[in-house]
Formats: sequence, C-alpha cells, structure tokens
Amino acid sequence: MILQQCANGIFLGAVYALFAIGYTLVFGVLDILNLAHAAIFMAAAFAALWLTSTGFPLPLAIAAAIVFAGLLGILLDRVAFAPLRRRNAGTLAPLISSIGAAIVIQGVARGIFGPDERNFPAGPLASTQFHLGPLTVGALDLVILAAALALMLLLSYVLRATPLGRNIRAVADDRIAAALLGINLERTIALTFFIASALGGAAGILIGLQYNSVSADMGGRIELKGLAIIILGGMGSVTGAVIGAFVLGLVETLAVASIGSSYRDAIAFGVMFVLLVLRPQGLLGKRALRAA
Amino acid sequence: MLQFFAQHSKLFDEIGINALLALSLSLSLRGGSLALAQAAFMGVAAYVGSIGAVRFGWNLAESVLAGALAAALVAALLALPIGRLRGVFLAIATIGFGEIARIAEINAPVTGGAEGFSNIPNDAGTLAIYAALAFAGAALLLFGRSKAALALAATREDENAARGVGIDVAAVRTRTLVAGAVIAGVAGVLYAHANFFITPGDFGFPRMEQILVSCVIGGVTSSLGAVLGAAVMTVLPEAVRFLHDYREVSTGAILLGFIVFAPGGIAGLWRRDA
Amino acid sequence: MNGEPALGVAELGVRYGGVMALDAVSLEVPPGRVVGLIGPNGAGKTSLINAVTGIVRPSAGSITLGALRLDRLAPHRIARAGVARTYQNIRLFGALSVADNVRAAAFALPGRLDDAAVRALLERAGAGDVDLRARAATLPYGAQRRLEIARALAAKPRIVLLDEPAAGMNEGETVALRAIVRGIADGGAGVLLVEHDMGLVAAVCDRVVVLNFGRTIAEGTPAAVARDPAVVEAYLGTPA
Repeated sequence: MILQQCANGIFLGAVYALFAIGYTLVFGVLDILNLAHAAIFMAAAFAALWLTSTGFPLPLAIAAAIVFAGLLGILLDRVAFAPLRRRNAGTLAPLISSIGAAIVIQGVARGIFGPDERNFPAGPLASTQFHLGPLTVGALDLVILAAALALMLLLSYVLRATPLGRNIRAVADDRIAAALLGINLERTIALTFFIASALGGAAGILIGLQYNSVSADMGGRIELKGLAIIILGGMGSVTGAVIGAFVLGLVETLAVASIGSSYRDAIAFGVMFVLLVLRPQGLLGKRALRAA
Repeated sequence: MLQFFAQHSKLFDEIGINALLALSLSLSLRGGSLALAQAAFMGVAAYVGSIGAVRFGWNLAESVLAGALAAALVAALLALPIGRLRGVFLAIATIGFGEIARIAEINAPVTGGAEGFSNIPNDAGTLAIYAALAFAGAALLLFGRSKAALALAATREDENAARGVGIDVAAVRTRTLVAGAVIAGVAGVLYAHANFFITPGDFGFPRMEQILVSCVIGGVTSSLGAVLGAAVMTVLPEAVRFLHDYREVSTGAILLGFIVFAPGGIAGLWRRDA
Repeated sequence: MNGEPALGVAELGVRYGGVMALDAVSLEVPPGRVVGLIGPNGAGKTSLINAVTGIVRPSAGSITLGALRLDRLAPHRIARAGVARTYQNIRLFGALSVADNVRAAAFALPGRLDDAAVRALLERAGAGDVDLRARAATLPYGAQRRLEIARALAAKPRIVLLDEPAAGMNEGETVALRAIVRGIADGGAGVLLVEHDMGLVAAVCDRVVVLNFGRTIAEGTPAAVARDPAVVEAYLGTPA
C-alpha cells in the first residue's frame, strides 16, 4: 500500500519537477518570478489538444506543442521583460508584467476555446495498466514519467556539457561579468526562456493527458505549488527544484493517504512559509536573503 | 442621473470596495514592502464579521469592527515571521500565507467550507462603503503629511540608512502592515454584507492579483492613484463585455502597457504633465 | 566640553567568518574633539564604524557612549542615542527632496523642522545654497555628500562618524570640508573622521589612530603619527 502511494507520489513529482524547473531557471538567470509560466503551461496543453483534434498523431502533437511553448516563452520575454531590463526596472515591475502577460494568454485561450473544461484523451494508453508485483501502474503514468525524466536529463546535459549551458550558468552567476566576457546576453536569455517554457509546456501537456482535462484556468493551482517547490529546492537551483518536486509529490500523496485530502495543498504552503522564515535559500539555493 | 446611479449601484459598490483594498496595499508598497497579504486579511475579516452577524446577530458596525480587529491581529502575528524577508521572498511568503488562510477557510468547521457562507445580512449599502472609503482616504491624506509617512518613504528608499537615522524599520513595517490590514478588513466585511454570500475562493490569489494590478495601474505609491486604478480595474471588465470570452485580454494588455510604457501608473502620468 | 558623553571603544573585535576584521582595537572620541582613523584599504576602518553603529555585531570588546553600552543595541536605537554617520558610498533617500532627507533624520525629535532650520543645517554642512525641493538623487556629487552631512547633524548628535567624506571631492571642496568638520566638533559633538586625504586629517584632527590589518599600529597627534615608522611601513611597504 505504501509502495503504491510512493509510486503515485513519484509520478506526481515528475510533472511537478518539469514545471518547477522552468520557474527556477528563469529566476536563477534573471531574478524574475515569472507568473506567466503557468499560463504557458496551459497554452501548451491546449495547443497539443488542438493539434490532435485536427488529426495530428499524439506524439507529433506533443512535440510540436512543446516547441510552441518554447517560442511563446521567447515572445513573452520580448514583450514583457526585455523592455524592463533595458531600463533597469527593479523587482516589482517584471512580476507585474508577467501577471499582465499571463492574463493576456489566459484571455486568448478562453476566447478561442471557451471557459469550459475539455477532454484530452490519451487513447489506448489511458486504459492499459501494468502490474509490477504489488504495484498497479498505468501505461500513461509510465510514459509520463519516462518523458519527464528524458526531458530533465536532456536539460542536465545541455546545462552541463554545451556552450549554451555554460553561457546560461555564467549569466545566472553574474550578468555583468558574462557580458564582459562576450556572451550575447539577449540571445542567452531568449534561449533560457525557450527551454524553461518548453519544459513548463511539456508539464502542462502531460498533466492534461494524465487527468484527461484541459481548461483555461488549469495553471492556477500548480502556479502557486510551483512557488513552494522552488522555495523548497532553493531559488535558482535546478537540481533543488527537481528534488523539491519529488519530495513534495511524495509527501503530498502519502499525506493524502493518511490524513485526507482537504489539507493537502496546505502542506506545500506550510513548508514553504516555514522555510522562508528559517532557511530562505531552501535545500540547495545559492542565493540567501538579499539585503534591501 | 439618479437613475444611472441606481442602475449601476452594484458597480459603484464594487469600485468602493476595490478602492479600499487598493489603498490598503498601497500603504505597504509605499514602504517598499511587497507584502501581498491583503486578500487574506480581507478574507479573515469577511468570515469573522459574517459569522458574527449570522450567529450572534451583530449589526454592520459591530461586524466591521470585529472583522477589522481580527485582520489587524492576524497582520500583527504575520509581521513577526516575515519581518526579515524582502522583495520576491516576501511576496512569495505572503502569497503562501494567503493560500494557507484560504485552505483554513475551506476546512474550518464554522465557515461553510468550499461551498461558501451565506445568509449574511445585506445591510452594507453604497453609503456605508463610500463613508468607509472617505474615512480611509482622509486618514491616509493626513498620514501623508505626517512624520510617520516620511519614515515610511525613507524606509522604502534605503532601509539601512533609515535605521542609521534612528528609524525603527521593523516597527514601521509592522505598523504599515497592520494599518493596511485594518483597511482591507473593513473592505472584507463590507464586501460580505454587500454580497450576502462569500466563499474562500473570493479571497485567494486571483483577488490579490487584482488588488496589485489596481495599485500598479494607478501608481504604486499614490493613494489617489490606488483609488483610480481600482476604479479602472473594476469598470474595465464591464466596459469590454462585448469582447465576451476575450474580455481578459484587454485587462492584461492594459496592465502590460502601463508597466512597460508608464510604470508610474496614472499618478505618474499625471505628475509628468503637471 | 563637560556633560557630553564620549564614545568609547574598548578591545573591539569584529569577525567575518574566519577573518578578524578588527582585533583588540581601542579608541576614544571625546566631545568637541576630532579623532582621525586612518589606515590602508581593508584595515578595518569601515568595520569599526559599522560596529559602532550596530550594523555588525562585535565578537569581542565593548562600545560605550558615556555610561550607555552600545554594542548590544539595535542600529536605530544607537542612532537615537546620539550617534550619527555618513557613508563611504552615499546613501541618501534619493527620491525624497533635500528637505525631506534632513527631516527624516529628525523625525524622533519633537515638532517638525521648518525650512529655516533645514537651511541652517545645510549651511553648517557647507550646502547652504541647495534647493530644498530638489530630489536628492539629482544633486551633483559634492552636494550629495554635504547633504549627507547635514542629514547626520539633524538629530543633534553627540557623536558624528564621517566615513571618507572627502572621497571624490576636488581640492577646493576638500579644503572647505576642514571648516565644516571643525565646526561640527566646535558645536559640541565628538567626531570620528575616517579618511585617506592626509591633508584634511592633519588640518582638523586632534588625535589620529592608525589601523592596519584590523589592529592599532599607532596613535597620537597627526604630526607624530606621520613620522611613526610603523605607519610609514604600512602605507609604503618595508624599505628596501
């Protein structure tokens, strides 16, 4: 029984992780809390849904929607953040800007697809189940976990072993020094947004498939949960976000099994609040409290 | 004229309440604090006032008083753990607190849960709302000329230098949060009595976003700006109703437009022309 | 001067992680006197000011203002006890007006500083002709430094800590600073002057304390200290 809950927790954590990575990546590189991330999460799910409805095979639709999410991220930066960077606008402005962008994206989605929930059928995958010893595991869950892990490994490779990854880490470390070293800041930032948004979009598509539901406000809950995860893992730390996501997925699933679901969300926020008060840099964050 | 007013009295009520909420946030923002807890304070007060009115038969004044006190108490308690947080961390902590409050409201036995709390006496009219707004506005105007306001502004500019000239930054921040909570609390109780039905979802992050947007559009540190911003944000969805499901796009676009091109908000534009 | 308290620093130690920024430093700033604090960069001068004003907590020793123990108090309490300072990197309230910058410092005093009182403070700081309504951030550099001094004087401090007030100033402004600093001491306050400009130090200081690597290596009159071989070595390195 516990084992089953753990397995469920891991599946949940995997999707949380994909979402949280995008959040923390943008914060780590730009010191921006991008509240439009959840809107892109939602937009990608709709894009994938729409593509399958026009006849695209599911895997292709997913891939295309992920790319779409990445491009949307680049557009987001151009419209909402880049102008603020040019005038050194401080912390509050990008946060507000991201809220504005999120509202626009949500509004467009609601306009095109309406406010109601849509189904996102995963076909034969959804009904297949495997029995591994005491565990019952859906084929869809396995595919989602595999996809999430694959994307995370890909990101890890990019960050560690490619010039782009090096540039991203340099800009995250010290933007001015990176510019002085000749790194093309705007291009690195654009690519960071592409990666972060693509991953967030992937999370949205996978969650849409998993729960067979896509709606214009599906980003709302995970947006705030995502905050808790990146605080837990440490703002700016990708590894921390992944660990934090799995920890939260496990804790939530186990807690629901033992104390019931009504306080489930409170766990994330309670932990987050306590951490912010006691250890704001989270598990692995490299930034401690910034002085005013 | 009177007919116009009567037809749109609901809208005017909404503007009044949103203006109060925006004023409450603007106080913290004037101190440089991104303390996004006003929606939570609103909710706490709304529930305390409503439960009192329904269970104990409080009238509007008693309800408002109790709600405002409850909000102030919660704010005073919240100020302690968040005292050392700044910037984005403070924002996230207060957003988290808002979620905890919302979940508590869903689960507490007396609140009616996620389905909401109803049968609140509908005795908060436009007069009461605008009386409260006028009072709050006058209080803030007086405050703006005081030494305390100077201390608040100095805290926003440079916290360490403020301490260096003898300003108790922690006390300033706490007092600002509590004062804002009182205003938000009053707004919350009035909201409950004007709508006779509340749910925890009324006081969650979407509400907080709306309050924040009002302040930004109006001009973050200006009281008059907060009121104007709230008015714009309340009327806008009505004005663009013809856009149907695309309504929100205009709200988001306006917000983006202000932040990118006119970051001082309406108040900033005004000052530039003056 | 009698009746006014002196600033006393006794065996002060300040530690950052494993590094001793200050080690057993003692000095005294009597009312009405100007004490200079000099030393090469990194010697611990700003650390000492930060310890006195409560920004860093000392790891050893004590700081007193007369009978009052300062080193356990919060920074704003120390300021209210009568300790004022200026900063190496200017820390004005940039968006506030010149007048409001000064008033913000006097807010703990009863009543309100009117324009005439603000103007008087600015004059003592050598900035008597600055526009009271101008935003502090728009002032030229020298005027900003002088505004910081005026702000420090607003609450009638007993001790004024000046952290490199002549930094970035030209010759003429630095000479003008001499009268300003002496004027502060003549008004009854004790002044601790951290400076690199030896001309200014020699002209205004009654005593000079020299720090290097967090320790006191010399103290005495400006002339005596200038001749001290330990001081020469600290600044110029060991003779060949």
